[in-house]
Amino acid sequence: MPAHALFRDEDLRFDVDVDPLIDALRQVLPEEGLIVHEAGLRAYECDGLAPYKQLPRLVVVPETIEQVQTVLRLCHEAGVPVVTRGSGTSLSGGSLPHPQGVLLAMGKFNRIREIDHHRRIARVEPGVRNLAITEAAAPYGLYYAPDPSSQIACSIGGNVGENAGGVHCLKYGLTVHNVLAVKVITMEGELTTIGSESLDSPGLDLLALMHGSEGMLGVIVEVTVKLLPNPLTKQVLMASFADVESGGHAVAGLIARGIIPGGLEMMDGAAIQAAEDFVQAGYDTDAAAILICELDGSEAEVADQLKAVDECLRDHGATRIQVAADDEEKARFWAGRKAAFPAVGRISPDYYCMDGTIPRKQLAYVLRRISEISAAEALETVNVFHAGDGNLHPLILFDGNQPGQLEAAERVGSAILQLCVEVGGTVTGEHGVGVEKINEMCVQFAGAEIEQFHGIKAAFDEKGLLNPGKAIPTLNRCAEFGRLHVHNGELPHPELERL
Amino acid sequence: MQTHLADFIKDSAAGQEADAILRKCTHCGFCLANCPTYRLLGDELDSPRGRIYQIKQVLEGEAPTESIQLHLDRCLTCRACETTCPSGVEYGRLADLGREIVEEQVPRRGLQRWVRTGLRTVLPRPRLFGTLLTMGRLTRPLVPGPLRKKIRPRRPAPAWPSPSTHSRFVLMLEGCVQPALEPPINPQTARLMDELGIAVKRTTEVSCCGAIDQHLGASEAAKARIRSNIDAWWPHIEAGAEAIVVNASGCGAQVKDYGHLLADDPDYAEKAARVTALAIDPIELLERHADQLAPADDAPRRVAFQTPCTLQHAQKLNGRVDALMARIGFDMTPVPDAHICCGSAGTYSVLQPKMAEQLRTQKLENLNTGEPQVIATANIGCLTHLDEASEIPVRHWLELIKVA
Repeated sequence: MPAHALFRDEDLRFDVDVDPLIDALRQVLPEEGLIVHEAGLRAYECDGLAPYKQLPRLVVVPETIEQVQTVLRLCHEAGVPVVTRGSGTSLSGGSLPHPQGVLLAMGKFNRIREIDHHRRIARVEPGVRNLAITEAAAPYGLYYAPDPSSQIACSIGGNVGENAGGVHCLKYGLTVHNVLAVKVITMEGELTTIGSESLDSPGLDLLALMHGSEGMLGVIVEVTVKLLPNPLTKQVLMASFADVESGGHAVAGLIARGIIPGGLEMMDGAAIQAAEDFVQAGYDTDAAAILICELDGSEAEVADQLKAVDECLRDHGATRIQVAADDEEKARFWAGRKAAFPAVGRISPDYYCMDGTIPRKQLAYVLRRISEISAAEALETVNVFHAGDGNLHPLILFDGNQPGQLEAAERVGSAILQLCVEVGGTVTGEHGVGVEKINEMCVQFAGAEIEQFHGIKAAFDEKGLLNPGKAIPTLNRCAEFGRLHVHNGELPHPELERL
Repeated sequence: MQTHLADFIKDSAAGQEADAILRKCTHCGFCLANCPTYRLLGDELDSPRGRIYQIKQVLEGEAPTESIQLHLDRCLTCRACETTCPSGVEYGRLADLGREIVEEQVPRRGLQRWVRTGLRTVLPRPRLFGTLLTMGRLTRPLVPGPLRKKIRPRRPAPAWPSPSTHSRFVLMLEGCVQPALEPPINPQTARLMDELGIAVKRTTEVSCCGAIDQHLGASEAAKARIRSNIDAWWPHIEAGAEAIVVNASGCGAQVKDYGHLLADDPDYAEKAARVTALAIDPIELLERHADQLAPADDAPRRVAFQTPCTLQHAQKLNGRVDALMARIGFDMTPVPDAHICCGSAGTYSVLQPKMAEQLRTQKLENLNTGEPQVIATANIGCLTHLDEASEIPVRHWLELIKVA
């Protein structure tokens, strides 16, 4: 378990007798839709951030929108917190259960309601897997652009909640840029639609607000996404570098030349080896770093870009460039990258995946600092990341069975995130804040900003029942965290009254 | 993943193996995507990751419950999760171990107990099974509904090839239920081999591969059976058998696992490893003779191939049969979601009929996407399970080919 408490006293103000709630829920849920025994709850105690565990009071697995409405209404009346979960792949603990609350598991909402290829939209339930949308759209020559590495399993509801990115978001945008509307149930149980099937809606842009709201504003029960036509052609190339820093410079160089690739990803030595072991993609396992670059568009456009990219990469010291020979090889080049995180499970029993984002020109410097920071704690770090948009994913390797290693990994992680902020970046690029980066939010934002965030949350959820203790730190938390992280003799938030 | 195995198991070989498997799991959830039961039920408890977590609790000393047993029972052991897993978690082994411990501590009640004992008693005995099936065929109208569908009319089998003088020879596992349920498969396999100049040495004392016991939580009984199979094969192996051909991919997966299962048995470890090395699916042999093969004269040409889980996820031979059939002249039709189980899964279709039926309905819909004339497969279990509900015939793919 992490060194700091997952939940603070102020997050644990919901000490309610849940027995009457359980009785009431039994009336509305299917037989196996209510889990109260410990062995069952245990399997839901964590998501993709496995070292962070918390048993919920109960798990509900509803089948219909009406059931979700009733669950929320009953919880609202009883004052019981609700944490929503899709496929449970969050890397920031976004769906970590609340110890006094209900875990609302949306796995049964896995139907694609409509694919309208004329209007290029898909209307899907929130538990539909990201990749399943693209698979369903494929017969019409369409696809859904955001593609997080966990796209095989992660659900679209969670994608909206965390504003998920992925390999293609460099060119095609994050989830927020690819969703037209969501149906949301408020904590009071009211069903409402935000956004519309047209590109703009009157009033404030609440649809954008829902993205990355980490389950704190409402429960998403339907998502309408945009589908894009498959590019006329695409090409994938892979460049090897003798050191990670040259790779970093090459990325900055590409973007500076005005090339926006469909995807631009980087992996370093250990990650290359682990991914190669899983997919046999033909990665250059002798390289210290590889860049995978996808170019898409018309034949002429791609040919032009390919030439420019090749030139630029060689200028920056690429030792080898491989261009995928056919579609199968393109898929293989990507398959290893997509599976790189868990493939690291082959070389280390545990890893802690970070998600800072930095200005691209700082890539080489930050990568060097990361290896210094982890070396100081005697840990190894593996890098697999979205180089094109400066979104880093250092994987800090540790062994949870060795006392002290998780804590050391957390220290490394926190130092990396603070480094990202220092060089002008952010603590999260696409994984969300969840419970993982909540302390670092205090470094990112000033107290007044954080108070405004809480104000927005309260406008949707007055009692603060939806996913309490996540994403936005309380000022008390920041005060305490600030006390622990005095930097240059200065607290991050000198304006705060200290406890 | 962090682990703290309980004293009762942590120092045993099984405990250490389980620990190593658990530690590889990073809880990423990729496996959920391709788990047939999670896709149907949408509950973490019915997903590979959730089951790993439930087994982990038992290994860490929690008393197993009927709930855990239920969710383990629902697992098909199709091992699609293993193919999906980037971390290399050997879920199937963990599931077998989990089932064994849960089985010891959570007694089965009433009908469930009798059905499971019945399956373990009847299926591995070809003569008993054959007799019951013949009786069933005679009294078919009187047999209760769900069981009645399992009683297939007897299809005529070709003659076995006459004893040959080929210098090359292989052994063949004829299987327990296969000869009675689908009599043509074994002699047809032997005929193909014979025409390619390879004799099949029959070892009729070997019948069941041990998988039924193995996956119903009776690993000791399985091991006894494996040892006796090895004993029966051993003289022929020493005499130069070049392979053990297993034409039911479910049994093939099990025989290929003998080396692992008996790795700690000082008397058998080496022999078992040898058997594992010799075991092959027919495709591994026939694709080397592709130039000599052609579609059988009466075989329809538009074929959908249903790849058994044991062929693709356990034996890792995905795509090979389809490729061979396409190469020798069949028109292979597209099959969406080919990696998802058909619901047969050994005894699963008997023990979990509702789930098995749902999975079969989906599978048949996918198999019929390209309007094939026949469905081909490589495992007796899938064959009979699909055939019960299919409007077009379902055949072992070896029945559709000949030596040209």
